[in-house]
Amino acid sequence: MSDPTDLEAFRREARQWIEANAPPEIRGLESSIEGAGNWGGRRATFDPPEMKVWMERMAERGWTAPTWPTEYGGGGLSKDHAKVLGQELARAKAPPALMGFGLEMIGPTLLQFGTEEQKDLHLPKIARGEIRWCQGYSEPDAGSDLASLQMKAVRDGDDFIVNGTKVWTSYGDLSDWIFCLVRTDPEAKKQEGITFLLIDMDAPGVSVKPIQLISGKSPFCETRFDDVRVPVANVVSEIDAGWTVAKALLGYEREMIADAFGGSRSGSKKKTTGQGSRLVQLARHYGFGNGGALSDGVLRDEIARLEMDERAFHLTVQRSRDAAKAGHRPGPESSLFKVYATELNKDRHELMVRIAGAQGLGWEGPGYEDEEIALTRAWLRSRGNSIEGGTSEIQLNIIAKRVLGLPD
Amino acid sequence: MQLVLTEDQELLAKTAADFVAERSPVSRMRQLRDQEDPDGFSRALWKEMAELGWVGIPFSEAFGGAEMGLAELAVVLEELGRALAPEPFLATVLLGGQALALAGSDAQKKAWLEAVVSGDRFLALAQQERGSRFDLHRVATRAEATGSGFRITGEKVAVLDGAAADAIVVVARTAGAEDDRAGITLFLVPADAPGLRVERQFRVDARGAALVHLEGCEVGGDAVLGKVGEGLAVLEAVADRATVGLCAEMLGSMSEAFDRTLAYLKDRIQFDVPIGSFQALKHRAAELFIQIELCRSAVMAAARGVDEGDGEAAKLVSLAKARCSEAAIRVANEAIQMHGGIGMTDEHEIGFFLKRARAAELTLGDASWHRNRWARLAGY
Repeated sequence: MSDPTDLEAFRREARQWIEANAPPEIRGLESSIEGAGNWGGRRATFDPPEMKVWMERMAERGWTAPTWPTEYGGGGLSKDHAKVLGQELARAKAPPALMGFGLEMIGPTLLQFGTEEQKDLHLPKIARGEIRWCQGYSEPDAGSDLASLQMKAVRDGDDFIVNGTKVWTSYGDLSDWIFCLVRTDPEAKKQEGITFLLIDMDAPGVSVKPIQLISGKSPFCETRFDDVRVPVANVVSEIDAGWTVAKALLGYEREMIADAFGGSRSGSKKKTTGQGSRLVQLARHYGFGNGGALSDGVLRDEIARLEMDERAFHLTVQRSRDAAKAGHRPGPESSLFKVYATELNKDRHELMVRIAGAQGLGWEGPGYEDEEIALTRAWLRSRGNSIEGGTSEIQLNIIAKRVLGLPD
Repeated sequence: MQLVLTEDQELLAKTAADFVAERSPVSRMRQLRDQEDPDGFSRALWKEMAELGWVGIPFSEAFGGAEMGLAELAVVLEELGRALAPEPFLATVLLGGQALALAGSDAQKKAWLEAVVSGDRFLALAQQERGSRFDLHRVATRAEATGSGFRITGEKVAVLDGAAADAIVVVARTAGAEDDRAGITLFLVPADAPGLRVERQFRVDARGAALVHLEGCEVGGDAVLGKVGEGLAVLEAVADRATVGLCAEMLGSMSEAFDRTLAYLKDRIQFDVPIGSFQALKHRAAELFIQIELCRSAVMAAARGVDEGDGEAAKLVSLAKARCSEAAIRVANEAIQMHGGIGMTDEHEIGFFLKRARAAELTLGDASWHRNRWARLAGY
């Protein structure tokens, strides 16, 4: 627990600094796990251009990765200080200066498992937004059964020769490096012959093709590797020990997804009521009455049910964090975050499209507002929430096994 | 609001769990049921609970209480709920007791609360009527002013532990139409008041409940609790507190029903394997686990919300009751299904958890009533 007076001093310092350094043009901009906001990398485009200034200033301060050690480009802040920084950024309506799988997934993984050379090479570039990362886990024949993956890495001196295909590589077409699970021992038991490998996507033999989704967008790619040469020094942890690293990283990924779908870090209730009232605003906009009780009692009940489910979820996230703050080990409740957050997000989008009625059917063209088309496409996109990052069914298996101790 | 137990609360939970394990197995509830016990609970055990300080948890130190909050009472009630203990915390401590504590005059409190805290006197609240559903303001029972006091006429249903009560807080209308929010008055009516007739009911959960007939019941002016015509606000505050207590009990009993079912899934062998290895049951068990965890967060938040006077306390209470109502029934239904045929027998205890869940669901507002209230409080 940090000294509260120290925290308040830090709050004043952060507030002043943000006021002086956050360009007015970027205030209030949206960012999301769906790709909005600044994700950095060699191919980054900055819209508005002041976003680049914001990223550079924040990176200079180490605040793009506030809790990472300063020697790797982080801010060296405690969790409590980072929380205060987050609150002050939110207060100033300053969007994240940088987002992405580097900060959220491979960064923490390298801090846990990486060699000194790997940390020195990669972490500062992630924190400065110079390199964008993507994830190479799933393959055409390895989805929920991830450990059955087949992408081959064959040793050749100080290199591996890598061949195979990864699918669902998020923003593979915009990324610079990819962290992959590859099979280094085809004879071993499924989980035991897997290695966690970092690959530069500029290497010869890497090709990327976007996949169009039912929403019409292409946030994912198929990434092929044809005789790609990768130094053995790019192995994270040991050769054939990649499964352990992968599981740790999946934990970071689920945390990120649960956070993105409502487990807001501050645990603030403001966000929940705001979201709830968005449903009500939508219902009023689409003809369910301008004041008082909504005119359709069944719809009103569905909205109340969803809002209440969301509130119960937020309270559970808060309970988990309060317990952690009080020094307790993570309780079993954290295992429900991914499955429940994503199911709720699906329910919310389902309900929004139904509230919009015929206006919820727009794909493009006349008769629909931009927000309506975005709503419809977001509903379609949300179907994937309970598939990516471990399906809901896999999450339930994990709960049954690890939390409830039910037999195989 | 911190959603984590303090060290003192953890200690209290442990004491309660040990006491329940030793003194209050579920079989005790069966015995009380089979004997058609007139109280439906054990006065001796109640006295012990009072000596442990549990009965006095939310009452002022002036009357021997501990002046603690619902957060503390909830951890005790959760443990009692695990064993389906039927002792009258709801009726005496939370319904009747809180009406007295919140609205009573010094004289009224002095006359009753010390004996309540010591475990020697019992209270109840007579609010619900055949036509009122769960709405607190729908009151047909009338109280007419007489020269010296009031004459109350009407009928109250589902009065928890009414037959054991030494005094009943009666909700009656001194003015207005049947569903007006104004004109409601609370009366503290001694069990021996002329014109008061209490009839024990036997319900599916075997818990003490009663019909209260007010047949021109005569009370003095000093029987009024709080102000004439302004009883609804008190009643709402009392109902919210009692609802939190009920939710804590429900959390305990659904957790116990789930734990027993989980144990059965691991023990029961069919097709040469434990039935808990079947994915059709695993996923359902995992979903029940999720529902119970969400209930726990909601109950903790509701208790702390009321204790801290949070502006959203009423919404948090409705959240907790709506969730617990649905989850308790779902868990209990699944518990019976997963136990199979044995779960349908009276000899097995798992059925008691379904009966308790249903009774608790239909007390102080069911899930749809509380969702309706949530929406109203949120302005839609």
